[in-house]
Amino acid sequence: MSDQRTPRGPVNRLLAANAWLVYIFFYAPIALLIFFSFNDNENVSIFTEPSLRWYRAMLEDDRILSALRNSLIVAFASTIISTILGTMLAIALERYRFRGRGLLDGIAYMPIIIPDVTMGVMLLIFFFQAIGLIDDLFGIGLRTGLGTITLAHVAFNISFVAVVVRARLAQFDDALEEAAADLYATRWQTFRRVTLPLIAPGVAGGALLALTLSLDDVVVTQFVSGQGATTLPVYVFGLIRRGVTPLINAVSVVMLVASMLLVAISLGLQRTRSKGDEEEPDVPLTPQQQGA
Amino acid sequence: MASRQMTTQEATPELEAAAERARSRRGFRIALPSFAYLVIFFVLPLLLVLVYSFASRSSTGLTLLEDWNLDSYGRLFTPLVGEIFLRSLVLALSTTAICLVVCYPFAYYIATRGPTLRNVLLVLVMIPFWSNFLVRTYAWSFILGSDGIASQISQAFGGEPVRLLFTNTAVLIGMVYGFMPFMVLPLYAAIERLDWSLVEAARDLYASGWTAFRKVTLPLSMPGVIAGSILVFIPALGAYVTPAILGGARTTLIGDYIVGQFLSARNWPFGSALSISIMFLMLIATLIYFRSGARNV
Repeated sequence: MSDQRTPRGPVNRLLAANAWLVYIFFYAPIALLIFFSFNDNENVSIFTEPSLRWYRAMLEDDRILSALRNSLIVAFASTIISTILGTMLAIALERYRFRGRGLLDGIAYMPIIIPDVTMGVMLLIFFFQAIGLIDDLFGIGLRTGLGTITLAHVAFNISFVAVVVRARLAQFDDALEEAAADLYATRWQTFRRVTLPLIAPGVAGGALLALTLSLDDVVVTQFVSGQGATTLPVYVFGLIRRGVTPLINAVSVVMLVASMLLVAISLGLQRTRSKGDEEEPDVPLTPQQQGA
Repeated sequence: MASRQMTTQEATPELEAAAERARSRRGFRIALPSFAYLVIFFVLPLLLVLVYSFASRSSTGLTLLEDWNLDSYGRLFTPLVGEIFLRSLVLALSTTAICLVVCYPFAYYIATRGPTLRNVLLVLVMIPFWSNFLVRTYAWSFILGSDGIASQISQAFGGEPVRLLFTNTAVLIGMVYGFMPFMVLPLYAAIERLDWSLVEAARDLYASGWTAFRKVTLPLSMPGVIAGSILVFIPALGAYVTPAILGGARTTLIGDYIVGQFLSARNWPFGSALSISIMFLMLIATLIYFRSGARNV
């Protein structure tokens, strides 16, 4: 670390003070929410005594539980599909040259950049048209619900999985894969025994990210859910718009803690390095416009 | 990886070309499922929005695709829509400016720490920001409400009760809070990657700390500034959840307005035209981003 890097004296103290303030800004709202979720009082912002009252109320609320079940079904289904598709996409883009690769490369990143509102609008119109078309052609009356929500979540999750896996693939060249091929491993064996173990942390990190994004999504889901199939964030969003209640605090804390755990594990996996990697810290993938 | 070696000694150009073609076909086959998925569930929907934006709305709220027209685009230039666009732009630009001013010194601080501390500090930025966006925004409504913490603190110091909730200030606070990491990370990457020997050279030539910063550090970290600004500006412009929770009924922004066209007003062509126009604004922002070379950050 050169002398020029670390500022000294008052400048450094000002920088440190700013950093502390930013971290307080980051964490204070979260801490307050967690603290008040254990408040017994009906009034959200007057703390009387600690209790688990609202957590108990949450567990007795059928609508919350059914929304939670929907969320879990969609999250697991979309994570499995998008992890497989996203990993294949990452391998194709990072390891092969083929016609249309440039185009695919461009399309693959668009779902990350595009705002949620536009993504929701696009898929709403698409499913409306597709369901109408299927009804006209085959006489099958499909409806929007968990199926369309899952398809929509896969559409944005593929890109996120691909980015994370690609970052991992880029960390090592294909020399090991070539060596396996030279030793008469079939392509499948090479993938199973060499490539997959090497990219496993990336694949797992990408899958956890997909799970988190699916469990958190409000906007796209709201557009494609239709009647009767609500996920937990969409249900909670509806409650919040009607007003702040202690019950929402409890549900929020559960959602927050679950997502923070998933993120922490995902980050840990993405940072897992093979031996011999340089120590240089890298910036993980830039976060996307969550709920933007 | 393009020049894959043949295992046999006498690899003729024809054989190599054939192997190359086989490899290219294999690459295409591996990409095909996700390619097809993205075409069906992303490209096609995008084109449908474009088609809908030229359609017209029937009196019952149905979309008529028969005669194409520019009516929906014409409506973009009415004063009401202009006001909504202007308000959203001002809010998005303010969010970007505040994030930049706060995050530059913050990113600088992280980038100039030792490797271990740097990693810890970065993870502490990542964790809250990858976690549930809805809940983090909700936490603010609970702080900014009329009997919320902000108001209680103000009263404790003898001030008036303040109710920031449902105002533009609340939306601004929520957006700064929500989109800050988009600014921190590119800035951090740019500053961390800086060639510090240039700063040292400036100091050796008797530049003051401030001059060295202004003439060397800041210009060198410009790609990070541009990347971060665009990454904050784009989601801030299309924001929906934050204004829906923290904003008031009289302060409609583009995001709410679009959602309203689809979920309540049932004017899909107009909603599509609005979506196309914000995508167009974002395309311009993205082009600036690529032109500036900031993508290398």
